[in-house]
Amino acid sequence: MLKVIAGGYVEPGSTQVTKTGAWRTFVPVVDQKRCSKCSLCEIYCPEGCIRMVEGLFIPDLDYCKGCSICAHECPRKAITMVLEEK
Amino acid sequence: MIQEQSLFAPGHRACAGCSMPTVVRLVLDATGPNVIVVSPTGCLEVTSTPFPESAWKVPWLHSLFENAAAVASGVETILKRQCKDTKVLVIGGDGSTFDIGMGSNSGMFERGHDIMYVCYDNEAYMNTGVQRSGSTPFCVHTTTTPSGEQSLGNPKPKKDMPAIAIAHHVPYVATASVAFPVDLRRKVKRAAELRGTSYLQINAPCITGWTFETGSTIEISRLAVETGLYPLFEFVNGKLADVKKIRPRPVTDYLKAQGRYRHLFKAPGGKEAIAAIQAIADENIANYGLAQE
Repeated sequence: MLKVIAGGYVEPGSTQVTKTGAWRTFVPVVDQKRCSKCSLCEIYCPEGCIRMVEGLFIPDLDYCKGCSICAHECPRKAITMVLEEK
Repeated sequence: MIQEQSLFAPGHRACAGCSMPTVVRLVLDATGPNVIVVSPTGCLEVTSTPFPESAWKVPWLHSLFENAAAVASGVETILKRQCKDTKVLVIGGDGSTFDIGMGSNSGMFERGHDIMYVCYDNEAYMNTGVQRSGSTPFCVHTTTTPSGEQSLGNPKPKKDMPAIAIAHHVPYVATASVAFPVDLRRKVKRAAELRGTSYLQINAPCITGWTFETGSTIEISRLAVETGLYPLFEFVNGKLADVKKIRPRPVTDYLKAQGRYRHLFKAPGGKEAIAAIQAIADENIANYGLAQE
């Protein structure tokens, strides 16, 4: 007999199994010497995937969709978008 | 200002360059984990919960397009009965807020539930393919108000939803923009601390509907504020408490940057339409006292 379940339950934060980095055409490259650690890239990133790792802002390429918001908003122009060869 | 672990996980299916996930992250960063979120149907619901996955790390419910405010009212009532101080949030788009959920929103405002209503305002039904909503501004090209020989796009001005909330005696009504995260965070904190209904409307550009390059999302939202077309204000108990002061820029700076206004620079009558849009901005600047001294 068909069992009908009203509503659904899934694990919190489980979209992380999907690596949206595969969508990317351009990849952000951070020039760490120019970076002033203002964290605007971290605040504006729609994926929340550019984060401070051991004092440096590093994009998580598993999830980065390559939208270039970080490069556009960086006040020091420390982030450039580079065509990614896969 | 960012929490160690974001309460909105990556891997969600929002378009590259969409501002909505940034809005959600900023809101949840400000409220913290002690919240229950109710979402109506919309881009957020579709992109954050592709079954069997969920981007949410806080309790989250979805029922229908029109009843998020009613569902949230029920959740809040039970929490109150259980003496829990968990904040109830509704995060929905402009379609459900301005049009489809208007009835249940009105009921929620009227009953004065302790709920924070956050509307990410992308000014049309983006999820279903850019149809006009009550929030769509004057002369915008959408698929249901196409521009062409006989039309310059949406013939009606944007619905003044904050004024509708104020008319319901909602104690805290504010507008914010994804381009001003500190201002946004302060407003969310203020709304979260308040015991009572609050309404927050957040300008959130849509790359596919507004038609611009993915990287300029934040820039477009900033222009919307700086031209006076999207005034940022706070109404506390029906009185204007604070506005974001601007050095007004001409609306053409904002219009030129987007494909949805492209026809205004080509079609006959476009000049007059741009003048009318400038008049809307000027009226906002005068009404809310936006211009910097």
